Amino acid sequence: MRLVLVGTSHHHAPVELRERVALDREQGAELAARLAAAGGEAVCLSTCNRTELYVAASNVEAAERAAVAALAEIEPEVEQALYRLRDHAAALHLFRVAAGLDSLVPGEGEILGQVRAAYEAGTTATLLDRVFRQALHAGRKVRAQTAIGESPASVSSAAAALAEQVFGDLDGRSILLVGAGKISEQAARNLFSRHARIAFVANRTLDHAEELAARFGAEALPLERIEEQLASADVVVSSTGSPGLVLDAPTVERALRARRGRQLLFIDLAVPRDLDPAIHDLDGCYLYDIDDLDAIVSETLAGRRGEAERAEAIVAAEAEKFREWQASLDVVPAIASLRARAEEIREAELRKAEGLLGRLDDSQRRAVESITSQIVNKLLHLPTVRMKQAAAAADGVIYAEAVRHLFGLGEDER
Amino acid sequence: MAELLFWPALLFYGEAAVGYLGDVRRPGVPGRAAIWGVRLGWLAQTALLGVQAAREDGFPWSTWAGSLNLFVWFVVTVYLGVRRPYRLLGLAVMPLAAILLVVARAGGGTGVGARSHYSNLFLVLHVGLVLVAFAGFTLAAALSAFYLWQERRLKRRAVTILRRPAPSLATLDRLASRTVLVSLPALTLGLAVGLIRLLNDGERVDAVIAATAVTWVVWAAYLVLRSTRGWTGRRAAYLALAGFALVIVVRLALPAAHFA
Repeated sequence: MRLVLVGTSHHHAPVELRERVALDREQGAELAARLAAAGGEAVCLSTCNRTELYVAASNVEAAERAAVAALAEIEPEVEQALYRLRDHAAALHLFRVAAGLDSLVPGEGEILGQVRAAYEAGTTATLLDRVFRQALHAGRKVRAQTAIGESPASVSSAAAALAEQVFGDLDGRSILLVGAGKISEQAARNLFSRHARIAFVANRTLDHAEELAARFGAEALPLERIEEQLASADVVVSSTGSPGLVLDAPTVERALRARRGRQLLFIDLAVPRDLDPAIHDLDGCYLYDIDDLDAIVSETLAGRRGEAERAEAIVAAEAEKFREWQASLDVVPAIASLRARAEEIREAELRKAEGLLGRLDDSQRRAVESITSQIVNKLLHLPTVRMKQAAAAADGVIYAEAVRHLFGLGEDER
Repeated sequence: MAELLFWPALLFYGEAAVGYLGDVRRPGVPGRAAIWGVRLGWLAQTALLGVQAAREDGFPWSTWAGSLNLFVWFVVTVYLGVRRPYRLLGLAVMPLAAILLVVARAGGGTGVGARSHYSNLFLVLHVGLVLVAFAGFTLAAALSAFYLWQERRLKRRAVTILRRPAPSLATLDRLASRTVLVSLPALTLGLAVGLIRLLNDGERVDAVIAATAVTWVVWAAYLVLRSTRGWTGRRAAYLALAGFALVIVVRLALPAAHFA
């Protein structure tokens, strides 16, 4: 069995093309089952950044042609943007994908779940089972041993991560949004996805506030009522188009008296700024503006690139293990035949000695069985190990042929 | 035998301290090596305490140095209990553990053969409870120091704040206060047992008892001000460090008088 990969990704195709070959879980499963129908295996991995077909088959050329045809059938234009990889290269690619190294934002964690879902929906057997399980293992290992996925890659996710640095778990933490535009909404979504409660949306135009508030089950407020909510809010995210300050330090200071020492995080995403920089100097208050968040994101992305080098090394080691395993498949039939032949001889010799063995009691008979089995196993152990080692070093086929010739394996069938 | 066990304990605690330092610079292998250092050091020290207990008829940690040895063990035990989410606490706890273990040895607290004229039950209750409380206060102080460090990073808007994330302010503050909430009753009971003994024997209050009482007041104030005045966060952290300074004074500067 050989491994074939045919696919396209954000590196090779624009979103207009990728979206035309994007498949949902059922469509992917159906396509995989169709490709595997001829006795092979297939998995379809389709996300917003890639659609890839992994096929295991004896005839790689035919499998590759079938995979290309399947994608071209969905969208003929995609053929020009397809890459084709085989065996070790295909496995390495899958491991990099699972580790998030091939993602638009290196280290993003969602892809690992998508790879798992694709594997579960695929039609798999020995080879794809192994390569996908090892890919998932490589992905988990990269996340456990490097910090590649720990840092946020956008301003709004950085704001949410900062809130976690102050409050820990955001479950139930109260968020006050000031401004009802796209930026506020994006920040709110990030906080909401971490189980924070979007409690209030304040805006100069109340209609807009109500519209956004309805999406998160929050209360809409006019800007004038911000101060009264400062006593209960944990995070204030501000992004209005106001030319001047929306909230000054003395107002916040007044609200702090009712907070009894609880921390308050301010995120100012507006330009010009909405929040008085002096708020940051107040005890228990932390204010981050767009420049601060940009600097943090740049730093974390630089960190991700550094971590990516370590992740690449982990992935390469895993791919090498897969290569060795795949190479060992070349000698598996020879090893199986050799062991079967040895067992056949052992049983035949025991049958010949039936006259003598017939006088033995059950326990003596079991002892003879055990001793002869052990002799066979010990004799075959070293040749088996050596053949697998030779397979890993690419000499497996030669060794397998030699073993077949020396022991006359398969001659009966010829 | 006790001597043979002291050195691996010190070696592993020292290795853990260095490992945690390395983990701050580059997370990964040094951190894992540090964790194993804590575990193996703790096992060696536990064995050391076991040998001391086996060789003595009475309570083997009745000297100030012996009690310091036991105190280090309590601190590391408590740290092992909370280590998982607060790994970097080791940066504060393990160097302290290594240094105090050396001090305990210098005072003869890691050997065998110490004798006390007090009863075992009294020593177990008095010394045991006070040391458990002090170990808890040490952890609370380490958490508070960690809080102040993390707060400083947030105030300075350190660009590495998300690249090298630490436990959140709220978590550190909450855990420190819970630790004090458990430790203060232990200190109260330990002190009460000591005072009862003192009254029965008709002895006078010495400097250590007075300093321990002041320590009790500071930690009690920590809890009272927290619940009545909203003294959380930075103010609570400074108060915890003040309380810990008193713990150090009681532990290191004055014991000679108390144990004489």
